[in-house]
Formats: sequence, C-alpha cells, structure tokens
Amino acid sequence: MSATLEEILAQALQQLRDAQDLNQLDLVRIHYLGKKGLFTLQMKELGALDPDQRRAAGQVINQAKDQFQEQLEAKKVDLESAALEARLASESIDVTQPGRGQTVAGLHPVTTTLRRISKIFASVGFQVVEGPEIEDDYHNFEALNIPAHHPARAMHDTFYFDAHTVLRTHTSPVQIRVMESEKPPLKVIAPGRVYRCDSDITHTPMFHQVEGFLVDTDVSFADLKGVVYEFLRAFFEKDIQVRFRPSYFPFTEPSAEVDIECVMCGGEGCRVCSHTGWLEVMGCGMIHPEVFKAVNIDSETYSGFAFGMGVERLAMLRYGINDLRLFFENDLKFLEQFN
Amino acid sequence: MQISEAWLREYVNPAISTEQLVEQLTMAGLEVDSITPAAAQFSGVVVGEVLAMEQHPDADRLRVCQVAVGEAEPLQIVCGASNVRVGLRIPAALIGAVLPGDFKIKKSKLRGVESFGMLCSEKELGLAAEANGLMELAADAPVGIDIREYLSLNDNIIEVDLTPNRADCLSVEGIAREVAVLNKMDWSATQVEKAAVAHTGTLTVSVKATDACPRYLGRLIKGVNPKAETPLWMQERLRRSGVRSLSAIVDVTNYVLIELGQPLHAFDAAKLSGNINVRYAQNGESVALLNGQTIKLDSETLVIADDKQALALAGVMGGSESAVSDNTQDVFLECAFFSPRSIAGKARNYGLHTDSSHRFERGVDPTLQERAIERATQLIIEIAGGSAGAITDVTTASTLPQRTAVILRKQRLEKTLGIAFMDDQVVDIFQRLGMSAQTQQDGWSVTPPGCRFDIAIEADLIEEIARIVGYNNLPNSSLLMRSELGKATEAVLELDRAKDLLVDRGYQEAITYSFVDEEIQQAVAPDDELVRLKNPISADLSIMRSTLWCGLLKAALHNTNRQQNRVRFFESGLRFINKDGSMQQQKMLSGLALGSAYSEQWGISTRKADFFDIKADLESLFALTGCNVQFVPGKHSALHPGQTAEILSPQDEKIGWLGMLHPTLEKQLGFDTQVFLFELDQDLLLNKQIPKFKQLSKYPSVRRDLALIVKEEVAVSEIINCIKSCAEPTLQDIVIFDIYRGKGVEEGNKSVALSIIIQDFSQTLTDSEIDAIFNRLLETLTTKISAKLRD
Repeated sequence: MSATLEEILAQALQQLRDAQDLNQLDLVRIHYLGKKGLFTLQMKELGALDPDQRRAAGQVINQAKDQFQEQLEAKKVDLESAALEARLASESIDVTQPGRGQTVAGLHPVTTTLRRISKIFASVGFQVVEGPEIEDDYHNFEALNIPAHHPARAMHDTFYFDAHTVLRTHTSPVQIRVMESEKPPLKVIAPGRVYRCDSDITHTPMFHQVEGFLVDTDVSFADLKGVVYEFLRAFFEKDIQVRFRPSYFPFTEPSAEVDIECVMCGGEGCRVCSHTGWLEVMGCGMIHPEVFKAVNIDSETYSGFAFGMGVERLAMLRYGINDLRLFFENDLKFLEQFN
Repeated sequence: MQISEAWLREYVNPAISTEQLVEQLTMAGLEVDSITPAAAQFSGVVVGEVLAMEQHPDADRLRVCQVAVGEAEPLQIVCGASNVRVGLRIPAALIGAVLPGDFKIKKSKLRGVESFGMLCSEKELGLAAEANGLMELAADAPVGIDIREYLSLNDNIIEVDLTPNRADCLSVEGIAREVAVLNKMDWSATQVEKAAVAHTGTLTVSVKATDACPRYLGRLIKGVNPKAETPLWMQERLRRSGVRSLSAIVDVTNYVLIELGQPLHAFDAAKLSGNINVRYAQNGESVALLNGQTIKLDSETLVIADDKQALALAGVMGGSESAVSDNTQDVFLECAFFSPRSIAGKARNYGLHTDSSHRFERGVDPTLQERAIERATQLIIEIAGGSAGAITDVTTASTLPQRTAVILRKQRLEKTLGIAFMDDQVVDIFQRLGMSAQTQQDGWSVTPPGCRFDIAIEADLIEEIARIVGYNNLPNSSLLMRSELGKATEAVLELDRAKDLLVDRGYQEAITYSFVDEEIQQAVAPDDELVRLKNPISADLSIMRSTLWCGLLKAALHNTNRQQNRVRFFESGLRFINKDGSMQQQKMLSGLALGSAYSEQWGISTRKADFFDIKADLESLFALTGCNVQFVPGKHSALHPGQTAEILSPQDEKIGWLGMLHPTLEKQLGFDTQVFLFELDQDLLLNKQIPKFKQLSKYPSVRRDLALIVKEEVAVSEIINCIKSCAEPTLQDIVIFDIYRGKGVEEGNKSVALSIIIQDFSQTLTDSEIDAIFNRLLETLTTKISAKLRD
C-alpha cells in the first residue's frame, strides 16, 4: 500500500479546501469518488482481506468517504453562493437611468372630453351617432323649425357653399337624420365638429358640440332636468350647483339654458363667470312638435328632450384652459399637457 | 335691448334690490347681460346760474363769471367755454367736488384771477364722449340742487339679451309687464290722451300690399318748430337706452319705440308729392336711405312711396329725401303694423339692421298703433308745438294677425312638467300674463294678447307656466326608461382603439381646421376639385380640405418653427371630395412623422425615422383588424415617387397612402427635414375580420432558411406572393430576416434571406418530403422571378 487511508483522507480534505470553483471541485470529486477514484480503489482492495477484517476495514473506509462527502457538499454550497454573489455584483445596474424605447403620446383634450361625455351617456344606453358636416339647409334649419328669414338664423353665423348647402352650425341636424330613419324609443348622442363664421378671442370658426336626445312615450321636462343634472355632476365629478333658465330655441319648447356654479371661483364671482358666480354650459329643451312633425313622429304618442353642449367650453372649465384658440394651434407644448 | 332701471321702476316698483331684479329677469328667460351705472361716479356738482360775466383781464378766451349755486353769495368762477352767457343754468362743480377720473376741484388761480369751482360740460361729467361747450340745463332747473338728483343719475342701465321669441319685451312697458307678473304686482301703462284735431289736413293713404301691411296709421302735424330742443329728461332716457339724440321729432319717434315698442317714422310733409302708397317695389327701383346708402330694390321688398317714387324701406329705414330736417314745419307721422313675414330677412338682405326692423320681424303688437301715434303726437306738440290733424287709418282686418285660443290639457301639462298644478294657480299665471284663460272640461282655452307672437301651440303655454313657476322649482326625475341591451359589433374595430394604438406608438393627436388655405390644398392635392366656401372667415380658411395632410403639415410647421425637431401627429376627421358633382365626406385617419425614429435617449443611436418605421406603425394598426393589406408601389403628387406605397385591401380596395413628402414640397412648405405622411380611409381600415379558429397541428414544424439572389427590381412582396402562389398546404409562415447588397452579390441584384416554416397536420414530415416541398418552391421562384439560391 502506497498511502494510508488517513493520508488519502487528509489529502482529499486539503484538496477540497483548495478548490477555487465548481469545476475544480468536480475534478476533486472524480479524483476520489470516481470509478477509478482513490476511495473507490480502497474499497476494491478490501476483496483481498478475509471476511472478518473486511467488515472492519470497510467501515473505516466508509467513514472516511462519508467525511469527505460531507465536506464536499459543504464546499459546493459555499462555492455556489460565492458564484451567485459574483454574478449579482457584476450584473448590478443604475436603476435610475431612464428606460428606453418609443415614448407614448396622447389624445387631444377635445377627444378626451368627448370620450368622457360619451362614456357617461353610453352607460345608460345612449348610442353614439355621427352625421355629415356639409349639411343641407333642410336638416340644419328647416326641419328644426328654423325657416328661411327666421330671426334665429341671425344667431347662427353660417358658412355657405350655395343657397342650400352649408357647413352645419350645430350637431342638431343629426337629431333629424336619426329620427328620419329610426323609430322611437331613441337614446342618442351625436358628437362632432360644427362651424360658425365667427372668429375672435372667444370664438373659433370651428368647434365641437355634443347633441343628445331621447324620445319615448312619457318623457318629461323633469326627466330632462334629471339627466342634465346628473350628467354635469358626473362630468365635473363634483356636487356642483346647477340651474335652469328659460330660453329660446326654435326646435325645443319649453327651452332652457343650463348654468353651473362657476368651477373657477366656486360661485363667489370671478372674471371667468363675469362676477355672476354662474357659467352657461348647455342649452336644452323638450323637442318641439314641429320637429316631430318634420320626421313623422306622432307628438301625441311620443315626447322627447334634446340638449347640446360645447365641448371646448367644457374642456376649458375642466382643465382650466384660458384661451380657446390653443385647441387648434396644435402646439405640442399645449397638447402634451393632456397626455 | 337696454333700459333705465329708474324708468322701469316708474311703471312697477317691487321692493327688491337691483341685483334681485336682474336675477328675477334672468331666471324668467330675459337674460341680463350687464348692469352699468347711468353715470360715472362724481360728487359735489350742483345746478348753477350765471348771474354776471366779464372778460378776463389777461386772457382773451376766458370769462370771469359770478355763479349762483344756492348759497348766500354767488361764487366767482373762471370759465373758457364759448357758450357761457348770463342767465344760463349749468352744472357747477364746487370746491371739493370729485369729477369722474378722480379729478378733484380745488380753489385755483387762472392767469391771476381766483376761481372757486368749475362749470362743466357733459363730457366732464362722464355723460358723453364728446361735448361742445357747457352742458345747458333747462331755464327752470332749480339752482343749488345736486345735479345727480336733478338728472336722476343715480340709475342703472340694464342690458337684456332677449331671445327672438320675446318681441313683447322690446320696450320698457314690455319689461314692466313681465316684472309685474313675476312680482304679482299691478302695473300701469303710460296714460295717453287723444290729441284734439286742430286742422283738416290729411294725406290719402293707399295700401296695395294689404297682406304685408294690415294696418297703416298716418297723421299730419302742422306748424312744428323745427329748431325745438329735445328736453333733457328725454335725451337722458334715450342715452340710457343706447340711442343718440338727433332732433326733437326723431327723438320722439325713438322714445315711443323704446317706451311702447312701436316703431314710427316721421316724413317731412313738404317733400311728399301726392299720396302715400304702401306697395311692393318695382324691380330695379331704388331708394336713397337715411344712412346715405342708395339701394336697388327687388319686387319682394315693401316700400312706402308717394305718387312719384319710393320714399322708405317699410319697417326698416326711412329715405333721406323725405326725412325731417332743420326746416321741417309739417310732419307726416307714420305708425304701421307690418307683418313679420314681410319684413323678416329684408334688412339683412340689404346689409341693414335697425331697431325698427328688429321689432317688426319679431312681431309688433298689432293693437298698439293708435295708442302709439297719439303718444307721439302728444310728445311732439308738447316739445315742438304744432297742431294735429285727424288720423288716417287704413286697416285690413282680414290680414291682421288673429290671436286664436290655444287649448292646454291639464294632463299634458302635468305629464310634460312631471308635477301637478292647482287649477287656480294656472289660471292666475295666464291672467297675469295678460292672457284670457277659460277653464274647460280637461284644461283651459287660453287666448294670448296681441303682443305675444310666440304663443301658438300647447307647448308654448306649458313653457309659460314652467317659466313663471320657475324652472328650478320644477322636479328632477331620474331616467326611467325602457332599456335595451347594447350592441357589441365585432366586425368593425372601434376608432378609439386605433387612435389609442397610434398614441401608444408616439403619435400626438391633433385637431386642425376642416377648411384650409387654397395654396396648401393646391400644393398637396392639385388634382382634387376645390370645394370652396362662399363666405370664408378669411382667405387662408376658404377651401374644404381634400386631405388631412394640409392641416397636419401646417401644425407640424408650427412646431418645427418652435424648436421641436421630432413631431408625430395623427388626426381623424372628414375630407371633402367633389366627385362627379356629388359631395363625398369621407372619414380619414391620417398621420405625419418627422425627425428621429425614437426620442433622444441613451443606448439607442439617434437615427431619422424612415419609411419602414412608419410602415411598422401602420402594420400594427392593420394587425388590430386582422386584415391582410398590401403595400404596393404607387404615385401620389404630394409624395416622393420612389417612396410611395398605396395600401390595398385583400379585395383591392384603396385604403390609403403612405410615403415621404415630395422633396419639392418639403422645400416649398419650409421643412428642413424629411416628412412622412399616411392617410387611411376609416371605413376600410376599421373593417375587422372576426377570428375563425384553425385546428392546431400536433406535429413538429420545420424551419429552413433560404438566401435568394434576385434582380433589384423584384419587390420583396413578389417573392412572398410567388411562394404563396404555390399553394403549399404545409406552409405556415415566411419571415424576411436579411436583405443584402454588395460584395458577393452581383451589381443590380440583391440577396434576400428568408426562412420558411412548414408543418403538416397529419404527420411528422420526413427529410425527403421536406426536400421535395422546397424543391417545388425553388422551381417556382426560379421560373417566375428568376431567383437563384445564393452559394
């Protein structure tokens, strides 16, 4: 025998301690425990002893082997955790550096506002319908009980293409188009661009409106007030004061203008509300029997209400925008504020 | 319409503040726009009388006056006004007075002469913008009393924005009637006495157009003083109503218009030849108007004429030739009812708008004329003297508007407003509004007064009840409605989803005007017929866009001019195409991108976005709809001929365009970088394929890479289409992973590397089967597009 078991064990344990990484450790394992490993050879040599000695010697070898194996496992755990530490250290980054890739942009505040309005009404079953922007005189005026030379026409500064073709001055013609083709009950909102020949600090020649209407049996002014009231509170997400004032639109009777408590000053009075504490936000009323007549709906059986609001106005109040003209300049510095 | 609060309160004076009064009017539908003090703030000014006057020793233009101001001794005041004279009563500002503009009056010396106050003009008191000398007060103005009290300056001007239906409120009496109703008070109309007929002169009035002029009253007033001055109280009331004082006769007609709401016209009787005719104009006839304009009339215009010519545009404006002047001695006063239909739109057609046309086209009370002409007569004689002749009255009863009874059903009233009413309450409201209400079986029969043109149907009466009760005192109810389940259409992608995708890919939404500059429209789409507005707001907003690119390019320039070097916009909206005489309004989704592919950041080298970056954005849009579109080389006048793709649907419908802005346009419009544009037809874009399940294969797929050498002009899509044309049933996917030109590839050729993935549904493909498939594909590629395998 060239070396004693004690010497082999001592050497094996030393080599375990000296191993630098998992590869080296594996080589050590093979050197002692592999098919031709030193402990394996020791066991093979047992065959030469007589049975009594064999058992005792075998126990000694197994003890040495167990001891080695225990140390091997411990060393493996150590090395693995050291390797992990090293990897973690090498892979650490500055998490404060900005992320990479495409940047997200945003919707125009008018679109955001329209979407909110649509969502509120869609939740109670209103359908969104669109109509043409180049409109005929009949749908924009006549069918809405505004005959030629009606003084109300002076309130609409109309863009004309010819005597019978205009850019729609409001979204109300969609009301006519829907009622011409569909039968009540109807619950519709019609958002879109409208045009008036007017341009100054508080007017742009194009802006957006949302028309809404509801036709069914037994629709009352109380229903209109309720819907408008609930809508405004939902839109501004606030228990705001709302008031209804008698007004006049040829296509509704009774007609009302709707004011809300000034959202800028809370009704105290400020420049935005001309010190009245109130802001006019929409017009509404019960659909006029003449309008029902124009679309062949029996006004004895059915009644309905309609309302219309300016989208830019609502967006300005909601976001505190103070200049209407900004909406159509498309300055990124403006638009990005609403992303 | 603006009126004096003090004047209004002479008719009806509820015990409420100005603010409450204004709130009441607004909430009754007579929206008050503004309240302004009748006069600027000033104090310490009294009525003074010039007792004596002498020339200033050292100044030609100054006089030294002794002025009585109601104190024991007169004051010495130096004055430079040219109209100062002994006996004149004027506003005198005392020492300590504060005039508008915080101008304090102190004792002073003018060229060595002491002055203890200041004599004032209307301008200095803030009553007029300009003045010619001192304000001359009436000879009986009580000396020493405060001028604010004397002129009733502690008053407010209330401006009411009346809706077109409330013509009955276009007068002080009209608003007084409304205030009385709201406060449940009585009010008294102006007392008018009939003038004594003092001469026999009359003009014959012949009304030819009886439909348009159901009533015409005329009266000759002879021997008026043409130089008579309008009394101060009337001037003040006119001023507070926004009307300039002109001459006594004209002022009276304007005063009655504001007081009662009846327009009148005064002719100089000496300038009329023969009789008065109310008729339609002859085509081409012209009339010279008071405003200096001469207009050519059409045959639908109603005129007042004498036997010779048209004198006035009926109900709109008088003529200059027959107008009263400084020399007028005999006045012919006209007080008529013209039907709204005959006046409506006429003024506007001639570019005119007058207080008279404003009232006639909305409706003047047809029962008012006699009272109004008597009132005007009374005031003219009071102010300018003269004697009245008999009234010539030409009334065609059959064409006068008839106020017919309107039936209001109680059940309809309550159903519409959602609340029950006491019968007494309803009757009381109607009666206070001057309507007669007969109670019937199921409701009321209500007849409105002559002044209410807006009460014609049941709904009008319901509004009156609602208005007087107060809209805010009516109930609100929650939406109790039959509800139907909503739709969830799957074959159409929601536009919102497409917009969100563009936003997520870095495109900011823009909204640009639908009308654009002719120049940019012509530059971008020269072949589209111009759709031109007849009355544009300005030349640069006169053409309806035929592509959204016009507005997007302008918006991009707005930003590049403001140091933005990366701009990505999209817009959705209509474009307007005139095609074969019919107007098409097409919904489009368009976009623009310029500058770097990614916003500036670390770790990605900055490079300009190119065609394929934008194409990837569009491909992801089409991926949302599952629609297999084709990008084929195309020609578009606005786009670079080598970088233009037309986008076609599987059915070969033209969905839209993608390309680089033509370098010529890039330069012409003022860009200094490449601009990419796309425009898609929304209806075609949003057409969505509803997914249809396909069986999954249990067998492994095989991927093989091919490098093909093809001629430069063979498009990648041709290679792909060629492979697809083999109709190989196992073909799953084709991926292009490299395109190479240069060393190793002959000039004029390119190498396209692609991998083809195949998979069978019934078996694992064997090597020989795979080889056979690829040989077939290669053979087709060789025959159809002369592709060769790269060595």
